[in-house]
Parts: sequence; C-alpha cells; structure tokens
Amino acid sequence: MGDFGVTQTVLGADEIVLNMGPQHPSTHGVLRVKLKLDGEKVIGSECIIGYLHRGVEKIGENRPYTQFAPYVDRTDYVAAVSNGLGYCEAVEKLLGVEAPPRARWVRTILTELQRIASHLLWLGTHALDIGALTPVFYTFREREEILKIFERYCGARLTTHAFRIGGLQYETYDGFEEDVKTFARDFPRRIDEYEELLTGNRIWLQRTKNVGILTAEQAIDLGVTGPVLRASGVKWDIRKAFPYAAYDQFQFEIPTGANGDTFDRYLVRMQEMRQALRIIEQAVASIPSGPIMARVGKVIKPPPGEVYHSIEAPKGELGYFVVSDGTIQPARLRIRPPSFINLQAFDTMVRGHLVADVVAIIGTLDIVLGEVDR
Amino acid sequence: MAELIDALQPYLIPTLRVVIAFLVLSLIAAAMIWIERKVLAHLQVRLGPMRVGPHGLLQPIADTLKLLLKEDIVPAEADRFIFLYAPVISVIAALTPFAFIPFAANDRAPDVNVALLFIIGVSSLGIFGIILGGWASNSHYPLLGALRSTAQLVSYEVALGFALVSALLLGGTLSMRGIVEKQAELGVWFVFLQPVAFFILFVAALAETNRNPFDLPEAESELVAGFHTEYSGFRFALYFMAEYSAMVLVSAIATTLFLGGWLRPFANTEVVIQGFDVLSLLDWMPVAVFGFLTLWLLKEIPGADSNTHRLALLIFAAVFGGVAAALLLPGVLPAVQGVFWFLFKVFIFLFCFIWFRGTFPRYRFDQLMRLGWHFMIPVAIVNVIFCGIGLLLWQQWDWNLAGAFWVGNLATLLVALLLAGRTPAGQAA
Amino acid sequence: MTFYLATFYVLGAIAVLSALLVITRRNPVHSAIFLIVTLLSVAGLYLQLQAEFLAAVQIILYIGGVMVLFLFVILLVNLEVTVRQEPFNRMWWIAGVAALVLLGELAVTYYLGRQAFAIPVTPAAALQPNTELIGRTLYQTYMLPFEIASVLLLVAMVGAVLMARRR
Repeated sequence: MGDFGVTQTVLGADEIVLNMGPQHPSTHGVLRVKLKLDGEKVIGSECIIGYLHRGVEKIGENRPYTQFAPYVDRTDYVAAVSNGLGYCEAVEKLLGVEAPPRARWVRTILTELQRIASHLLWLGTHALDIGALTPVFYTFREREEILKIFERYCGARLTTHAFRIGGLQYETYDGFEEDVKTFARDFPRRIDEYEELLTGNRIWLQRTKNVGILTAEQAIDLGVTGPVLRASGVKWDIRKAFPYAAYDQFQFEIPTGANGDTFDRYLVRMQEMRQALRIIEQAVASIPSGPIMARVGKVIKPPPGEVYHSIEAPKGELGYFVVSDGTIQPARLRIRPPSFINLQAFDTMVRGHLVADVVAIIGTLDIVLGEVDR
Repeated sequence: MAELIDALQPYLIPTLRVVIAFLVLSLIAAAMIWIERKVLAHLQVRLGPMRVGPHGLLQPIADTLKLLLKEDIVPAEADRFIFLYAPVISVIAALTPFAFIPFAANDRAPDVNVALLFIIGVSSLGIFGIILGGWASNSHYPLLGALRSTAQLVSYEVALGFALVSALLLGGTLSMRGIVEKQAELGVWFVFLQPVAFFILFVAALAETNRNPFDLPEAESELVAGFHTEYSGFRFALYFMAEYSAMVLVSAIATTLFLGGWLRPFANTEVVIQGFDVLSLLDWMPVAVFGFLTLWLLKEIPGADSNTHRLALLIFAAVFGGVAAALLLPGVLPAVQGVFWFLFKVFIFLFCFIWFRGTFPRYRFDQLMRLGWHFMIPVAIVNVIFCGIGLLLWQQWDWNLAGAFWVGNLATLLVALLLAGRTPAGQAA
Repeated sequence: MTFYLATFYVLGAIAVLSALLVITRRNPVHSAIFLIVTLLSVAGLYLQLQAEFLAAVQIILYIGGVMVLFLFVILLVNLEVTVRQEPFNRMWWIAGVAALVLLGELAVTYYLGRQAFAIPVTPAAALQPNTELIGRTLYQTYMLPFEIASVLLLVAMVGAVLMARRR
C-alpha cells in the first residue's frame, strides 16, 4: 500500500493521513481504515483488520464436528442461520448424507428469513450513516418479527445454532407456518415503505449514485460476491449455479444492477428481499412432511477426504473447506467469508471520493467484522 | 439623579419586555427539546422520553439540571478566555434579535425602521460563537466542524438575505411591524404572493440552523459533534440553547415576513351564515387548544400506572385547565389572541424542522455548497428580480395583485427547473 | 444629555482601546476579535447619530461578512509561526513619528478651518426615514460615483479570481 508519510504535493497542500476507527461510529465494528487524503479527497486507503480475530478456524480443528457448529454462528453474527447451513451442508457432503426433504425446506425458509433480517440490518445502518435517522427504527421493527420466529423455533435470536449435521434437531413449533405466512403477507408493504423513504429521495440519490463504482471486470478480478457483484451486472448466484438446500424447487429471479454504484447495490438488496419473500412463500406452501433428521451417527467421523461447499449467504459466497483425516475432528477447516473478500474492493471503490463517501462505501459493502477477522 | 431617571425612562419598558421575552424563550427552547424528541420518536415508532413526568414532560428540566450540575471542563491547551466566552456570544446573538420581533399587535416591541436589518445583522454574529468556540478548543474535530459551519452559514446567508428582500419589497418597509401591517392591509399573507421566496427562506433557515439535511457541522458519523465536541456542562447547554433559540428565531422571522405574524388566518374574510361570521369562531382557538389538552390529560389519569404519575397528570391538567379558564376572563382572550397565533405558526414551522430531520438523509459537503451557490442563490436573485417586476406591474400598471406576482413566480420556477436540470441529481463530485 | 454623552465617551473609549489592541496582540485571532469590538462600538456611535441604517449595514457587512471571512482565513493558515513573530520591527519609531506628524497636521488643519467644520445640527426628524434617505442619496444624487465604486470593486474581485486561477 505504499508509504503513508506526510509528503509535499505539487500544489503545496499537505497530504493528510487520517485514521478512521477502530472506534469510529460508522466503521461497523472494529474496522480501522487509514485514509490518505488530498484535502477532502481520498487518494489511497488501507484497511487494518484483525481486531476481532478469535482463531475460529483453529478452534474448528480442535473440536468434534458437532461441537464446532455453534462457533460458525459467531462469524457473521447478523446472519447466523446462513453460517450454520453452510457448515452443516459441508460436513454432510463429507459424510455423504443428505438431509431429508422436510429439513431442507425448513432450512430454506429460515435461511431466507435470515437473508431478509441481514439485509434489514444493513439497510438501517447504511441509511443512518448517510444521515437518514428514521429507517433504522423501521427495519429493526421488521427484523424483530423474524427474530421472534427464530426464537420460537430454537430458543435463540441471534446466534441460533438452528441446524444440525444431518438435518434439524427440532420439529417446527405449532403455528410456525402461520407466523411465516403472516410475515410474508405483511412485509412487502414494509419494503414499499422503505423505498418510499429512500429510493426517490433526491438527497439519497445524490449520496449514493456514482459513489463507489465497481465495474463487472473489477468486481470479478477482486473476487467480490453476493449483492456487491450482482450490482455490477454479473448474474451470479450460487443458489442458481450450484443449488443447495431446496433452492432448485422454487422460482425466483436474480436481481442485478447496471452501474455497480452504491445506489445499484441498494436496489439489488431491496429486490433480493422481495425475491427472498417469493422463495419463502413457495417453500411454506409446499413444505413436505416426514423425518427431519437423516441417519447420522452420534459421533461424526467422516471418511478421509476433503470437500468445499459454498452457499449464497446474505453478504456473498460463504464457503467451507473441510479436510477430514478420518478422526472426529477436521484436520483443516477453512472458511471463505464473503465480507473479508468483499472488503478487498474497498480501496478500488474509495479512491477519488470524498471522506464523507467513505462512510457510505463501508456501509454499502455490508461487512461484518466478526466474519472478516474470524 | 432625577435627570438620570428621566433619561432612562424610555429604556425601562423595553428592558422589561426583553427580560420577559428572554424567560419565555428559554422555556420555549427547553420545550423544543422535549417536542423534538417526542415528535422524532413517534415518527420512528418509538415512545421517546416517558420516565420523567407524564410522557416525559419534565424531561427538559431534568436535562437542564443535569447539564448545569456537570463539570465544566476546559481542555488544557485551549485558549481559555475565548473558550469560556464563545458560547455566550452564540446565545446573545440568538436572543437579542427577539427584541425587534413583534409577537402581537399589542406587543411593545421597539418599532425600529431598520428592524429586519438589525435582526439579520445581530443573528449573523452567532457565527462567531461557533468559529471561536471551535478554534479555542484547540482540537481537530471542533476546528473542522467550525470551518464547515462558517462556510455553510456564509453561503446560505446570501440566499436567506435575498429571500427576505422580496418580503420587504412587498412590505415596502424594513420595520417588522410595518410588514405585518401591510399583510393585514392587503389581506393576503406574503407566502401566497412569494411562495418561492418562502421556500428559499425555509431551506436556507434549515442550513442556517444546522438542521437536517444540512447538519454537516455536527455529522456524528463523520465529525463526532462538530464545533462543540470539547464542551461540557453549562457551556454545552448554552450552545444547545443558542441552537434552539436560533431555530425559534428563523421561524419567528419567517412567520412575521411571510405568514402574517400575529394575524389570525382569514382575518379579513367573513363567511356569514345566518347572520353569524363562522370564521370568527377561530378567535376561540386558544381556549379550544388548552381545553383539549386538559381533557386529554384528564382522560389519561385512569390509565396511569402509579399515583405519582396520576398526581403529575392532574397537576398538568390543572395548569392547562387554569390557562383555559383564565382565557375566558373578560378582556384576556383579545389580549393574547396575537401572541397565540404567532406562536402557533412558529410551532408549525418548528414541527417541519423536526419532520425533516426524521425524513431526510444528509447532504455531502460539496453537494451542500453546490446546492447553495449553484441553485439557491441564482434562484433567489431571479426571484427578487421578478418580484420587483411584479411590484412594478401591480403599482404602476395596475395589474391584479396576485396576477402580477404569480407571473413572476412561474418564471422563477422555470429558471429553477432549468438550473436543476443542468445539475442532475446523480452528478459525481 | 448626560446619558447621551456618557454613552458616546464609553463607546469611543472602547473603539480606540480595542483598535490599539488589534495592532498590539500577537495572536491574530485575538486581533480579529478586538477588530470586531471596534467595529461594534463604531456601529453604536452610528446609532447615536440617528443613522440606524448605517449601523445595521456596518454589523451585517463588516462584522457578519468581512470579519467572518477574516477569521476563516486566519484559521486556515498556520498560526504558530505568526504567534512567535514580533508584531513590530525595528522601524517602529519612524512609523510612530510619522503618525504623530500626521496627527499634528490634522489638528492644525482642524484649528485653522474650524469655521468650515461647523456643521449645523440637523433636527432628528430630518434624518427620517433613514433608509429611504440613504437610498435616494445613493441612487439618485450620487448615482454615478456609486456605480463607479461598484465597478471598481467588481474589477478588484475579477482580478483576485484571475490571480487565484493562474496558480
């Protein structure tokens, strides 16, 4: 990233190095960003990460497969259900078992609910960073409904540990389907409400349009995934490319953007919430009955081998690479966190923008430091 | 000695009025904090302050007490004298102009023939409180916040000034009382003749008082708290008070110049049904408002959760009921009529301030400056020109009053559209 | 009349004192503050002379406009250097003598031409309405000088912009 010393430019204005974070109100956790500024213009940046490093991967290599499952909830802690799904399916693949249909349907419903919850949290905080005070309260109101469903299902709201290797531990509670249906019925009106507040708002447009542009080539080169990639116009979604859980059973579209700017990423995520609702509605209508757990031994001891399994988490491709040496613990476990890879695009996006845009760009990347630092 | 008393005589009543205005304004500023928190909370599906007094009504008192009792910290490297007195400048600049604002027809505000200029001049001194406070703190964020504030205030003051010019052109005088009397005489509030100027005034007022969407000097996601980052305790409270008084001040100016000051809506119109002027029922509005408040508080009493709460509700109900009853005494209602309508309009204006805060995201600094210089000021200038033409058409060529000015308004809007089209919404920095 | 005189002397003393402080303070921010005080007391003197329009314009333009920009620029430049510098160099006594000579000249001129300076006292009513009178004077009686002055200012402004752009 080069030398960050204060140097003299041709104009005689000093280049300033500004340190944002790790305790800055809008860096979403403990991200520290060093910005090289020319006046208010950013001419270089460096993200300093690791303030939340807990060695999650190493912990995984020292725990039996089942005992590690709760830890993955704590990587992307605002989308715990998705993390659990990715990990459980990776180990299932290693074992060569498949969860029964009912389990896969319930997993799909809960994961899509989690996607909406994660996007709601992103929307609220992103808008708050740009100075709109109100949306965050609205989004938390709806997120609360989703968390209530999680709570009734598995007893936890945030770090749910909802799934088990081989299927589900709990049958759905009485009224689960009604709760989900009620939510799916009421929620579109709420999205309309957010869009009314923001989508046509001139100030919102001025703050987000043409800010942090990422072209399709740049996006692919940087390896970004999820809404950030799709907003650049690349139609790539693992739910369609390598269907998992029960996604091959449902109709839904992949929203994409055209310009790859902050506004497109906003639109893509808004559309994704609507598509998630479509999936949920279809899944609830067609949920099969039957067992919820496949035949898996009490002690999980996969045959030697390795497997990479990835899912489309709310923030992008979440992959688990698990190497088994035939014991009850993985020999190597590696997580491909979407936030970490997406954060790489930060420097490309932020160059040439103003300091005030940095806040918007951090927000639009939708990173969670628990996942970046692991 | 007698000579001195004689010399001071003409100054006594204005002084008394200033003292009363100061006390009332402090109360309004404190009430504004409660209203703002409450309105914002209800916009955001929350309850807001609920703990201190019924519906948090005593919250402002608690807040003030808390701030007064806090330690008054002066940073070690600060320029001590300036640091200590900068907030005082802000408060003085925000409160002094009220001396010239007539709250009612029977208000003894000094009727200076350049009142408007004095108000603008004195209130613009408030910048010094900000810039000196930011500089004296000897810290980065306050200094940056102060610089931003200054740039913003200076830019928008121009647009604000031009917006005021069209009102004084219509009024034909710089005296605040004269402008209101002119509105009464013409039978129309200037907002209906000069809506563009009113709009510009409103937006510039938002910027002048650092309110959303122009609250950049205090953008907490970027600059922590702006120029008053290093302030605590009483001096912070002074800045707070100055800010809210400034809000009340711009609302009062807008009310006087464009919303007919103390005039009742439809003051010159009569809708007579069976020999009775229906619109004169509006005269009873003050009684209705306080009566409604009393009844509402009484209705809340059975549902209250504790006896203290009930008692507090009862006290407030008694106070409001007492006010309503006092208004019914002979002679009182006509006396407070003007003040009531003035404050009513001011509060509507203030409500819009809060409403905007709950609705809009924040501008970026360069966008704010571009909006100010490339849009607001040109439109304001064009508006003044067309206002002058309208005045000519109306007074010299005997055009219809509304027609003369609305032609100009439409032309100004056309110019505004052209300007807005030239700088598209999504233009990059 | 005593009250009137008292205010005059108080305002005059403040104006002169703070004007002296403007040039003797090392810290430019302090100097600027004293300049503001001077301008404010001069505005007060205008008020005494029943020239409320001038007083208001003085506050709006000089204090609310010019001085804000002064302070703005002072905050942008590096203060530490100026604080350490001597505000006066070795030539100060020459300047002092020159100033004294000028003062003497003025006094003599005033004394010799005291008849010409005896301006008749205008009744207060003749100065009202203040704003209209000033407007008439500026835009009717002295229209040409006024416009020339404004063109001059415009030239200065264009020149400043050009110089800034050349960099």
